[in-house]
Amino acid sequence: MTGPAPGGPVPPPMPKFAAAARPALADTGLRRTLRGATATLRERTAAAAAETADWEDLREAGRAVGEGALLGLDTHLEELERAVTEAGGTVHWAVDAADARRVVTGLVRETGATEVVKSASLATREIGLNDALAGMGVTVRDTALADMAVQFAGDEPSHLLSAAAHRDRAQIGELFRREMPAAGPDPAGDPEDLAAAARAHLRERFLRAQVAITGANFLVAETGTVVVVESEGNARMCLTLPETLICVAGIDKVVPAWDDMEVFLQLLPRSSTGDRMTPYVSSWTGVTPGDGPRAFHLVLLDNGRTRALADEIGRAALRCIGCSACLNVCPVYERTGGQPYGPVHPGPIGAILTPQLRGVESAAVASLPYASTLCGACADVCPVKIDIPDVLVHLRGAVVESRRRRPVPTPEMALMRGLAWTMADPRRHETALRRGVRWARLLSRGGRIRRLPGLLGMWTEARDLPAPPAESFRAWWNRTRR
Amino acid sequence: MRVALSVACFDDALFPGTGRAVTALLERLGHEVTFPPGQTCCGQIHWTSGYHREAADLARAYTAAFAGGDVVVAPSASCAAAVRDAHPKIARAARDPGLARAAEGLAVYELTEFLVDVLGVVDVGAYFPHRVTYHPSCQSLRTLGIGDRPLRLLRAVKGIDLVELPAAQECCGFGGAFAMKNADVSVAMVADKIRHVRETGADVVCAVDGSCLAHIGGALSRLRSGVRTMHLAEILAETGPS
Repeated sequence: MTGPAPGGPVPPPMPKFAAAARPALADTGLRRTLRGATATLRERTAAAAAETADWEDLREAGRAVGEGALLGLDTHLEELERAVTEAGGTVHWAVDAADARRVVTGLVRETGATEVVKSASLATREIGLNDALAGMGVTVRDTALADMAVQFAGDEPSHLLSAAAHRDRAQIGELFRREMPAAGPDPAGDPEDLAAAARAHLRERFLRAQVAITGANFLVAETGTVVVVESEGNARMCLTLPETLICVAGIDKVVPAWDDMEVFLQLLPRSSTGDRMTPYVSSWTGVTPGDGPRAFHLVLLDNGRTRALADEIGRAALRCIGCSACLNVCPVYERTGGQPYGPVHPGPIGAILTPQLRGVESAAVASLPYASTLCGACADVCPVKIDIPDVLVHLRGAVVESRRRRPVPTPEMALMRGLAWTMADPRRHETALRRGVRWARLLSRGGRIRRLPGLLGMWTEARDLPAPPAESFRAWWNRTRR
Repeated sequence: MRVALSVACFDDALFPGTGRAVTALLERLGHEVTFPPGQTCCGQIHWTSGYHREAADLARAYTAAFAGGDVVVAPSASCAAAVRDAHPKIARAARDPGLARAAEGLAVYELTEFLVDVLGVVDVGAYFPHRVTYHPSCQSLRTLGIGDRPLRLLRAVKGIDLVELPAAQECCGFGGAFAMKNADVSVAMVADKIRHVRETGADVVCAVDGSCLAHIGGALSRLRSGVRTMHLAEILAETGPS
């Protein structure tokens, strides 16, 4: 789990989703930025899917390959280790975040480097690597533009693809001007100008870096190849310039064969940015004399994944290829952004991944499966057909089961059990219905109820409830038809 | 045909007009309507809230109540979806093959599916001279896939001024317990939904789910917006002056 490692900080306690969402909902600038960004991506990805004649076949292939990869994961991982080793790389196994931090900080220490360059990676975020490296005096340079902005601002990332989706252009221009004055971005700051300044700033860091840390989009078991898909070319710099390359990836990133990339390299760009092909697709196998890094380390991270794998319904989440299509169509994400979902996995996919990786004991993580109306828009677009609502309901069941073991039932549990007991018997139900209607009519004024007590008060904070008519349907039927 | 009417627990108390409208409509079309008295709730609220054991108890009671063999018609997409889509999952979670078989044995139709697919009618002889917009609820759209059946039925209503709802397919933010647990996000969603409703200039917004209508209607009512909600069945039941 995410316990502290030597030099690693204890993460601050995470608030429940509803509480964490409140400041985001009240941030009008953030709301406008998110509305614009998600709408643009929704349109682009929908168009990219629509122009692909065999899109549904591709999605089905993505589902099948992903499911097959997970079912044979033990074999594929061994094959991957063999292939990476034969190609001159070294594989390290990390059972949890602390273990992974220990491995990576150890490898960096051995090189004696005081600075590392890094490309965007969820796995390194998941293990809290930046703080662990900073704790041992190593400067981490995030090289993806959005990650740079987040690092400059001291923010948490808010989107899978563009970590700075919560900041607008003016704010990013301001951050760039403050943090890299030598590169001299124009105060008027159009995007091209900002990119040029970042390029100049980063070029110098790439050239002097001895160690690079990257993630991986896919790990091909058959060939031992790391595949990285990105828009800016910074990951390719990381893969080629430094002497030591450390790649950190979850064990769920494994695909069996090189040919499987045919499917995923069509699905991923179209579902993430709406492009037919992402500008930079790099694949890297071990070490090659006279070219690229002299040492290649692959750190394979479990951190709760084998537990998720054992769950027949929950394991579908491990098929995720990180496209972020589910975020962009989610009506909840569109209004809250990524931060209420916690520090690593935002959006609907985060709501089913985080509880499986971290367990549902904490109230904050347990609130994630409930951060959805189950509208199903995410399942409609997922390129590997993860039935996110189905997994959400399954995980809600896990949350309730874990709460049943507590000695004192929560008010909600008492209410839900009482309701089920009443409704399991038609006579009890009818009596309760009659009483409920009478009681609700007492609370109403002019045909509507403006304030309800207890848990139901959350409804009437901003919505009325119609006063129930004196005669229920059942009562009408019994009076007129029997 | 003899039809067993399944009324959502929610509609039974809050919107009894829905069940009465379906009864009137189906009888007008020449069918016999029964109301199996053992019915209480399909178990969806408990299932989607994570109370899976309780959902299994309710699903067993539901399937027993409707075991008579008549075609079941539910004027609620989310109840129909619960019975068709969730009951097999509830049975699997409860490891109850008897419930799985009982659920499989039920022929449950959402009202517009029953009218269009089983009865083969689109024009039910309704008359409703108002400006109306239609909100396709998520369960009707995605779980059941009822498509444009409600719109085809509405287009055939005489006197109606049917207007398209912008961003119609976006969720209204109800989501059962979500409306309470994440009330702020839920309200942010329904705010956009009612903005779109008001953009149409309609005086009636209709749907095939009482729960979404309670949510949209609750927000419209709080703002005294002058727009009312109706179940689609209530429009189809209207015949006007004869």
